[in-house]
Amino acid sequence: MTLPRPNTLVARGLIIILMILTLLPFLSMLSAALAPQGTYPNGLQWPADPQWGNFVRAFEVAKMDQLLISSGLIVLGVVPISVLLATMAGYGLAKLTTNKYKWLYLIFVFGLTLPFEAVITPLYYEVRAMGLLNTRFAIILPLIGLYMPFGVYWMRAHFLNVPHDLTEAAQLDGATRWREFWYVQVPLARPAIMSLTILLFLWTWNQFLLPVVLVQDPMQRTMAGALGAFQGQWGTDIPLLCAGALLILTPTIIIFLMFQRQFVAALMQGAVKG
Amino acid sequence: MSSTPAAQRQEQRLPQSRGSRKSRRAAWLFVAPAFAFYAAFVLVPLAMSFYYSFLRWDGIGEARFHGLTNYITVLTDPKLLQIIGNAFQLVGYFTIIPVVLGLAVASVIRGHMAGPFGTATRTILFLPQVIPLVAAGIAWSWMFANTGVVNQGLRAVGLSDWARGWLGDFVWALPAVGIIGAWVLLGLCTMLLVTGITKIDPSLYEAARLDGARPWHEFRYITLPGLRQEIAVCVTLTVISALASFDIVYIATQGGPGITTMVPGLEIYRLAFAHRQVGLASALAIVLMILVLISIAPVQWFAREKK
Repeated sequence: MTLPRPNTLVARGLIIILMILTLLPFLSMLSAALAPQGTYPNGLQWPADPQWGNFVRAFEVAKMDQLLISSGLIVLGVVPISVLLATMAGYGLAKLTTNKYKWLYLIFVFGLTLPFEAVITPLYYEVRAMGLLNTRFAIILPLIGLYMPFGVYWMRAHFLNVPHDLTEAAQLDGATRWREFWYVQVPLARPAIMSLTILLFLWTWNQFLLPVVLVQDPMQRTMAGALGAFQGQWGTDIPLLCAGALLILTPTIIIFLMFQRQFVAALMQGAVKG
Repeated sequence: MSSTPAAQRQEQRLPQSRGSRKSRRAAWLFVAPAFAFYAAFVLVPLAMSFYYSFLRWDGIGEARFHGLTNYITVLTDPKLLQIIGNAFQLVGYFTIIPVVLGLAVASVIRGHMAGPFGTATRTILFLPQVIPLVAAGIAWSWMFANTGVVNQGLRAVGLSDWARGWLGDFVWALPAVGIIGAWVLLGLCTMLLVTGITKIDPSLYEAARLDGARPWHEFRYITLPGLRQEIAVCVTLTVISALASFDIVYIATQGGPGITTMVPGLEIYRLAFAHRQVGLASALAIVLMILVLISIAPVQWFAREKK
């Protein structure tokens, strides 16, 4: 592998083309974001006088600080509860039930391919009846439910592979189910829980349909939902729009780069399992 | 779906304690909270969707039973049929481009993903998966704009006649939306296929080379069959994201011009919340769900067969 094979150059060249294609839209946004305010920028070109101030203006106009808090609150409302409930249910279905209860698992799995659009209309009326419309709970509570098929599927698959002897050993030691779950199973399940957390964080942060339908005020939405409102308001001011979009992307990309390895692993496993 | 033989064996080999009443009660206690959320925010709404689909209801006033009329409308109205057709056309772009291109790229770069270069590649190719689809929509709206990069590129190579506002063009808007989806999904599919290839026994390739196989034959008889599972995963993921697309279309075109890029997901939203046709929106929602299931089933069957 150290000596380049004859087709190494071809391979590398192809990868580099693919990388450029992937990055091009980001670069094009950056070049537009640096164009003078109120102008209509032209394609991909480094502006003569880059207007870094556009980012400052976008930060203020988009109320980035409030947006970060709002998205943070929604993620904090959704992810820990979803992960906990999915872990418990995954354990229950894998370790405590017999094949006779497979139907229960199948009911969960049924939701795996469900498009969110299929339930968005009744969700609107349901959330309204609960008096939660236009609050962050309108996003948080339904998302927990909507993530359960994947979460339960994911955690059950993990627990199925934990040797059963372990449970027996814990029980011989007199541990209750609840203690065994917390002190034996959860620590062992850490990698699976970590991946699930990453995936649910990303999906929540990027969730668009629910915020658009259920929450009017962009400041109570997720980042993606707020970005939609930002586009609606500033869609014609290309430099500001691009600056705002890039700003709104930055937190995710920073977190992604910090935990790059875990993210990639989670996304790959998530795809294979989902 | 992915339960390994070992796991299945474990399921069958049940210690006596597992069937006991106490353990059954424990199981329910562990599963109940998840089930409650799932029932409240998925099963009940789904049942409501089904119920609404038989109503004529504006969401405020009195609802009237409408029989199968909404379903007949969904399956006969030329506008709605075109919208469903658009979704399947998007499958062409969202699925075929990432899978075919991903296969080509993966088979060429097989074995070249080690080291820091590989890490950089992985990181960059996953970027579209990490950002919100809305952001992809905004970035590409600008790429496809009159003065955007796509037209800039065309003019640079002397194809100025081809330059246009792509997303506002009656013929080209849908393919342009398709390209956005292909961009989002290409990296993920490529990486899944690359990983799949590394799992194929290298001795197969060496044996083939000794037998004088051409690269095309290696691809046809070793790579392709070996990647069956991964291809099925890519197809499943991309078909779902094409049929259930909402974010990209909402941001990039709002379904226009005309209804050339309208998709079922966006039309459900429009019918239910802008046009107050809750019954028709729900019928379309149920049809969409069934279409996704029908499209995914053969792929799953295809992937499972070999195992």
